[in-house]
Amino acid sequence: MERVAVLSGNHAVAHAVKLCRPHVIAAYPITPQTQIVEKLAEFVERGELKAKYIRVESEHSAMAAIIGASAAGARVFTATSSQGLLYMHEAIWSAAGARLPIVMAVVTRAIFPPWNIWTDHSDILAQRDTGWIIAMAESNQEVFDMIIQAYRIAEDERVLLPVMIGLDAFSLSHTAAPVSLLDQDKVDKFLPPRRAFSFLLDIENPITMGNVAFPDHYMEFRYLIQKAMERAKQVIREVEEEFYEISSRKYGGLVEEYRCNDADVILVLMGAWSGDAKECADKLREEGLRVGVLRIRFIRPLPIEEIKRVSLGRKAVIVVDRDISFGGTGILFTEVSSILQQNSVTVRGFIAGLGGRDVTAKDFAQMVKQVYTDLEVGERRSRVEWYGVKEVI
Amino acid sequence: MTITIKSLSREEYLLPGNASCPGCPASLGLRLLGKALGKNMILVVPASCTSIIQGPYPKTSIKLPLINVIFASSAATASGIAAALEILGKKGVHVVCWSGDGGTVDIGLQALSGAAERGDNILYICYDNEAYMNTGIQRSGSTPYGAWTTTTVLGKRRHKKNLPMMMVVHDVPYVATASIGYPLDFIEKIRKAARYKGFKYIHLLAPCPVGWRFPPSKTIEIGRLAVLTGMWPLYEVERGKFRLTGVSRSLLDKSKRSPIVEYIKIQGRFSHISEEEIRILEEYVDKLWEDIRKIIS
Ligand SMILES: Cc1ncc(C[n+]2csc(CCOP(=O)(O)OP(=O)(O)O)c2C)c(N)n1
Ligand SMILES: [Mg+2]
Repeated sequence: MERVAVLSGNHAVAHAVKLCRPHVIAAYPITPQTQIVEKLAEFVERGELKAKYIRVESEHSAMAAIIGASAAGARVFTATSSQGLLYMHEAIWSAAGARLPIVMAVVTRAIFPPWNIWTDHSDILAQRDTGWIIAMAESNQEVFDMIIQAYRIAEDERVLLPVMIGLDAFSLSHTAAPVSLLDQDKVDKFLPPRRAFSFLLDIENPITMGNVAFPDHYMEFRYLIQKAMERAKQVIREVEEEFYEISSRKYGGLVEEYRCNDADVILVLMGAWSGDAKECADKLREEGLRVGVLRIRFIRPLPIEEIKRVSLGRKAVIVVDRDISFGGTGILFTEVSSILQQNSVTVRGFIAGLGGRDVTAKDFAQMVKQVYTDLEVGERRSRVEWYGVKEVI
Repeated sequence: MTITIKSLSREEYLLPGNASCPGCPASLGLRLLGKALGKNMILVVPASCTSIIQGPYPKTSIKLPLINVIFASSAATASGIAAALEILGKKGVHVVCWSGDGGTVDIGLQALSGAAERGDNILYICYDNEAYMNTGIQRSGSTPYGAWTTTTVLGKRRHKKNLPMMMVVHDVPYVATASIGYPLDFIEKIRKAARYKGFKYIHLLAPCPVGWRFPPSKTIEIGRLAVLTGMWPLYEVERGKFRLTGVSRSLLDKSKRSPIVEYIKIQGRFSHISEEEIRILEEYVDKLWEDIRKIIS
């Protein structure tokens, strides 16, 4: 029988990583990620996980070290958050460009200044264009499941791209919840040892990685990453099906659709607060408003087909962003609008919950009701507004 | 055991026809590195002239596994490779960083210091051409006092950062200086370093004809003059034990050192140097050797 443990999101990550048998872990502490790297260090020191743990002096070096290890054929892991993720940014591009199947957990947290350690999706979304597969979990269980699947996706020959799994600061990272664990032998079967490809640092087969590529070659390297991203969509679905066989759990591929079938209005968002959005949908349905939730699980590769299919024919799509691209709009809003621009769907955006400001089912209900009110008076224009901002000027 | 040219392997790991400038000390250094360790090594190269020397994709001029990495990350990347080799049970492979002075004494210093402090099993070689050459001769923390660069057009106003000594205080098993003017000394030090497990550091002075403004035929000569004038002492520190090597052994006695003007006058980068500035450089050299005397006694 598989054990159910009560784990924080951070410890769910650590347990999942342990089951994946990484060879090399390199990490640098930052609140609220610390428990991940502390727990893994403990596993290694107690001999429960046979891995090399490099206690690097910075996040830039954390990513550099696992790039080196991965290029030499190892399965690797790191975790970070906020400033650490930004500090790592240059190396993050490097990992994807080198086509290394690295897995990283990102505890999403607001960016300085001012200091704020609570959840915000600006850090992970600032990595959007790096060539990483980027996912956000809703629950501790899903974080656990996603980490294990991430290695399969990253190491798939059709993909060979790094994967980052996001979990919200505190609402997941530090909140304990029951998590069904998996037996090691099941995970071993699901995730066999990393296959050695020919593009590794190997003295018997010396290759030069990353030397200068002139304009007549560079573009193809970029195109190949794009193609791998497109193939990753199918791989993500397949891997989830296989994972279902060992766990009886699945979430829906690149997105999760919650009560969307007959919905007039769809809330689109990602991360832990999707649970509150679902609660809001349930409540509003009791009042006769048909609301559904489209939870973005993978922001890269972008679930273009899913978003289109679920959104078309609705009265409105409401995108709630826990991030802001200053001078532009919410990043999810931009993505969703770009997909729906040719279809006359009203897309309404709300910027909410920045720096961990509490957003509950009630708040989501208020957003939805405001959109309904506008629709009733014939106001169908797409626009973005800030939700719950106090008077500041 | 003294190494002779004849005893070296004829095998070349840096192929001819590569993209280095005439008289390039970095490409010569790489050749010597190949002669010293043979095929059992993985190279880590941060952004630098060596990124260019390899030549562009889809070709390469290097017959060794090599990974190009972002500027500040060579030591950390090497740490990761070494960790992977260890846990994957791949024995007898040296992980070697081949980094410029900018990638070592400036932007890469944090990662370097971290790897040294952790005692990661890598050999870090800094080839020091005393400026950011790849981007067009800008000053680095390793540019000497008085030298012209494109960002110190009137001459640099600070002395060179003493990186080998900084590495010595990291208490690693092996630290050495070398000069491209003395290839066998360099090879011997590489081989010695490679015998140690843990973090090893070699700082190779690499006079650059383009950046220092001298004819390409004079690379070796200038590499020797740097040593003979006492500007660049050759030494090694093995398990904390300091030892002068080669011709530097006799240079504690100031009268044995050639005047530094012999070194300076043949380099265009010092062409506008004043008497006063020469005096400041002489004092710098005297102080270098005073410090060495203190270490020895
Ligand atoms: C983060 C970053 N900043 C700046 C650069 C531009 N850059 C590339 S090589 C280089 C100079 C390298 O100097 P050095 O390490 O001394 O090696 P050399 O070119 O002299 O061989 C610089 C500044 C870069 N690649 N990355
Ligand atoms: Mg340089």
